[in-house]
Amino acid sequence: MENIKKKSFRKVIKAIFSPRTERVSRSKYGNAAMFIFIAIFAVFSLIPLVLSIGMSLKPINELFVFPPTLFPRNPGFDNYKMLFSLINTTRVAFSRYFFNSLFITCATTAIHVLVASMAAYPLAKGRFPGKNVLNQMVLMALMFVPAIADVINYQTIVSFGWIDTYMAAIGPNVAAALGLFLMTNYITTISNSLLEAAKIDGCSDFRIYRSIIMPLCKPASLTLIIIMFQNLWGQTYSSYIYSESLKTLPYALSQITTGGYIRAGAGQAVGIIMLIIPAAVFIINQSNILETMATSGLKE
Amino acid sequence: MNSVWKNNWGGDRIMRKPLRKGKISSLRRQIHSNWQMYALLFPFMFFFFVFTVYPVIASLAISFTEYNVLEAPRFVGLSNYRRLFLEDTIFQKALQNTLVFAVITGPLGYLISFFASWVINEMGRYTKAILTFVFYIPSISGTVYTIWALIFDSDIYGYANSFLIKFGFIDDPIAWLTDERYILAIIILVQLWMSMGTGFLAMRAGFATNEQQYYEAGAIDGIKNRWQELWYITIPMMAPHLTTAAVLQITAMFSNASVSTTLAGNPSTNYAGHLIMNHFADYSGVRLERGYASAIAVFLFAFIFIVNRIIMRALRKVGQ
Repeated sequence: MENIKKKSFRKVIKAIFSPRTERVSRSKYGNAAMFIFIAIFAVFSLIPLVLSIGMSLKPINELFVFPPTLFPRNPGFDNYKMLFSLINTTRVAFSRYFFNSLFITCATTAIHVLVASMAAYPLAKGRFPGKNVLNQMVLMALMFVPAIADVINYQTIVSFGWIDTYMAAIGPNVAAALGLFLMTNYITTISNSLLEAAKIDGCSDFRIYRSIIMPLCKPASLTLIIIMFQNLWGQTYSSYIYSESLKTLPYALSQITTGGYIRAGAGQAVGIIMLIIPAAVFIINQSNILETMATSGLKE
Repeated sequence: MNSVWKNNWGGDRIMRKPLRKGKISSLRRQIHSNWQMYALLFPFMFFFFVFTVYPVIASLAISFTEYNVLEAPRFVGLSNYRRLFLEDTIFQKALQNTLVFAVITGPLGYLISFFASWVINEMGRYTKAILTFVFYIPSISGTVYTIWALIFDSDIYGYANSFLIKFGFIDDPIAWLTDERYILAIIILVQLWMSMGTGFLAMRAGFATNEQQYYEAGAIDGIKNRWQELWYITIPMMAPHLTTAAVLQITAMFSNASVSTTLAGNPSTNYAGHLIMNHFADYSGVRLERGYASAIAVFLFAFIFIVNRIIMRALRKVGQ
């Protein structure tokens, strides 16, 4: 009996700490220290999320309890129900807000991935005048604070006649430098002999992009989709879009939650709802992301 | 003639031949023969130039003017910059806050990312995936970080206050987010919580791709413990990833204004949590002094760029 217990315990430890292959030079105390380190930060990372979920499940009469409870005593979906009943009383239907969010996010993401992969092929593999300048500009753009551009972009959008249309939300976000940077680095790892063979067979650059680059950069594309989706899903675009029927879900939800402390639970419910989709996308695609990020090294 | 550009796929170094007569026509031929490459570049670069490059240039131009959106910009030379550096005491406060904020959250967030991805890399397959998710999720949590406003709520129902009262550390609730002693510290804490984003993923991937045989070779060559292994093998191998993560970390650190605004308001009490980005938002969105706001933006961009250069140079030494 004792023996079995010991064995299963050892199995659990092994399941937590089993690297692909046995590592050399590891001490027990080192393992313990690392485990404690990681546990502390994992808890720090998770506590606010747990509190947030707990808060969103709290009925209103538990909001003012001293001391405040981590977990609600009578958890319920009152806040979520309230959100949906409130949003259904608005002039514009809930489904419209949801559609707007989904459409803007998906359209921007799709265009971004397409144009970024198109531009990444020349930047990674081309040899033409101007390539280094463009690569340097993309690198500099990684250090750029997007909020600074808002004021100027507003005027650009007005002069394009895009104000208060979907394009006002899509246009400025299509050319994200991080996406191009990751894509370029990923394509650099594609073997040159493959491309040379295609060249010898008479492929044009368009054809190489279409038949070789596009299929091979699928993991990078998925990574770009995830990063883009996470950036865009929660945006309100309130400075570019005024028509109620074009506004996005986060905007509508944020309007509901500005009702003070009594809506605190509902506010957290909004956060959780908005988090579910990007979190799910990340979980499903984690291995693709890591494969792409593996090529994201920056050599000067 | 065609060898003006070194003829290797993906080579990043360009060999220029000495200037001579045929250079212009050769350049033209280069451009002509690569027209498909330019065509592929065009869609992205169109949006990139319109919405990223042009705003930088325009901000630079506007920063030399006085511009309130309603009237045409009026050229005022360097007076915006003079005001920024010499007269604006609130900017000095913001700069000081930003530096404190950056010096703490930057290196600390970076080190936590580094150690976390190092430790995670030694775990089993599923533990790895779960822990990566756990550490990464705060950075994509969107509006969930508003829970910190409830944690540091000013009455006894806030989690922090009730915890401290219950265990007898304090008698009366502390107004965390309106007391200037605590505002900056709380903003730093929240920023640290959210700091493990794309840069963390770059590091995770950097560790994951290091190959096993180097470690075995290292062990034969007399590496005794994991610290030596980290210092002599792992870090040099993943220097490029460290650089990427540093660039992303530095930029994210300087560009975040929403945490401060959401938690402490803009402006916060006595500007205690005022960062440069808050200062920019104040002048560009509220006071409509766009000329002055652009000067702030130009300063910030130059500042981030210089910090990045210094860090990248330092990290290159690590890689050797």
